[in-house]
Amino acid sequence: MSDEDQIPGDGSDPDTGPDGLPSRPREFRIGRAAFLATVAAGVGGIFVAPILSRMFSNPFSEILPSSLGDLIPGDGWVIYNVQNPFPTFHPATYQLTVAGLVERPVTLNWRQITALSGEEQTSTFHCVTGWTVDRVRWEGIRAQTLMKLVRPLPSAQYVTFQSMESPYVDQLSIDEFTLPDVMIARQMDGAPISRPHGAPLRLIIPDMYGYKNVKWLKSITFVAAESLGYREQRGYDVDAWVGKSNGYG
Amino acid sequence: MDTARPRPRRERIPRFSVAERLLHWVLAIAFFVLLWTGFLMSVPALSGDVTRPVAKAWHIDAAIALAVAFVLLLLVQGKVLARTISQLERFDRDDWRWLVEIPRRVMFGTPAPPQGRFNAGQKLNTALVSGLMVVSYITGFLLWLGERNTTYRFAGTFGVHNDVMWCLMVLVAGHLYMALLNPPTRAAMAGMLRGSVDRAWALRHHPKWVAEVDRTAAAKRAADPPE
Repeated sequence: MSDEDQIPGDGSDPDTGPDGLPSRPREFRIGRAAFLATVAAGVGGIFVAPILSRMFSNPFSEILPSSLGDLIPGDGWVIYNVQNPFPTFHPATYQLTVAGLVERPVTLNWRQITALSGEEQTSTFHCVTGWTVDRVRWEGIRAQTLMKLVRPLPSAQYVTFQSMESPYVDQLSIDEFTLPDVMIARQMDGAPISRPHGAPLRLIIPDMYGYKNVKWLKSITFVAAESLGYREQRGYDVDAWVGKSNGYG
Repeated sequence: MDTARPRPRRERIPRFSVAERLLHWVLAIAFFVLLWTGFLMSVPALSGDVTRPVAKAWHIDAAIALAVAFVLLLLVQGKVLARTISQLERFDRDDWRWLVEIPRRVMFGTPAPPQGRFNAGQKLNTALVSGLMVVSYITGFLLWLGERNTTYRFAGTFGVHNDVMWCLMVLVAGHLYMALLNPPTRAAMAGMLRGSVDRAWALRHHPKWVAEVDRTAAAKRAADPPE
C-alpha cells in the first residue's frame, strides 16, 4: 500500500485530542440502516408498486409534450408515441379502411365498426422495455370477422397496420393475425379505449411485445410482401415474440 | 510537538486514496453511460441512430464493468475501502445536528457543527446512492431474466428500475452542484482529482477529521522518531 493510500483520521479514536476538540460521542450505523432500508423499499416496491400504480393514473401522459412523460410512473402502463400530440378520435368523422389484396375493400365508419360482432379476452401485455401489465380485459373484433367481410385474395400473405400517428406502421403475417387471441380492440378494462392507449382501435397480439400492437389504427391492408414496421426499421425484431426476441439468447 | 500550531494556508492534506478515486470515477463514467443508454432504450423517440440492441448492449456492459471494477478494487484495496465505508455509515451527535440544522444554516448562515472526514450529507447521500444502486442491479437483472423467461417478468420491476433512476438523478444533480458550483464546497473536488485538499478548507469543513489526521501523525512520529 502506498503512503497515499494511508489516509489517517478514520474516526476510531474516542479520546479527546490534544487540540481540545470534543471527543467523539456515541455513534450509530445510520448509514448502514439507510442503505438497507433503501434496498428493502426497492425490492418491496417491485411487488407493491403495481397495486398502488393501478390506483392512480398517470397525470402526465396526456399533458407532457415531450417523450420524458413516458418515464413518469403511472397506472402500470408507459405510453410511447412518435408524434405529439396523440391522434384525436372523432366518432363522426373516423374511418377505418380495410383494403389491399382483397375481393371487397371497405371503409367503415364508427357506427359500422361498433356494429361488428366482437369478443372479450383477458391477457397480459408485455413491453419490450421490460414492463408488464397483467390481466388486461379487452373487447374487440377478431381477424376472422374482418376477413369474412373483405375476403383476402390467396396472394395476401401479410397484413399492414397503419396508425393515425404517422408514420407508425407495423405488420403481421396472416398466420399471426389469425391467432386465436389476436383482435382489433375497441374496449380496454370495460371502457372504450382511451386516447393514450390508441383510441378508438388498436391491434392486440398478446404473445408479441407492445410495439407490434399498433395504436390509433386507421387502415388495415392485406399485402403480398413483407415490409419492416416503424420499430423494426430501428433495430427491433420483426418476430417480436415475448421471451424469444429482442436480445433473448 | 504542538499540533495545534497554525500551519501555512496552502498546505495540503491527503483526502482520498487511489483506490477510492478510481472507484469514484469508474462509478461516475458508468453512471452516465447507464443513464444515457437507459434513456435510449426506454424512450424510443430518443434513440435516433443508436438502435435498441446497441443501446442495450452498452447498458449491460457498463453495469457489468462497474460491478467487476468494484469487486476488483475490494479484492485489491479491501482494507482501504472497508475503512471508508465504516466512516461513511457512522453518525454521531454532530452529524444529527448537521442534518437538523440545515434549514437554520440556509436561512441564517449559522456555522455548521464540526464534522469528521465526511459530513452528514455526504454520508446520507452515499447510503442512499448505494442502496439505490443495489436495487437497480436487482431490478436490472430481473428485466434481463424476464426476457428469457416470462415467469420473472413482474409488473413492478420496470417501474422500480425507472423510479430508482429518477432518485439517482436528483441525488447526482445535488452532488454535482456541491462539487462543481457551490463556492464553499467545490474545493472538495480537488480531493477527488489530486487526492488531497487544501488544509485550511479542510479545517473549516471537516475540523474533527483534521484533528484526527494530526493526532495520527503525531502518534506515528512519537512511535517512530526521526534519527
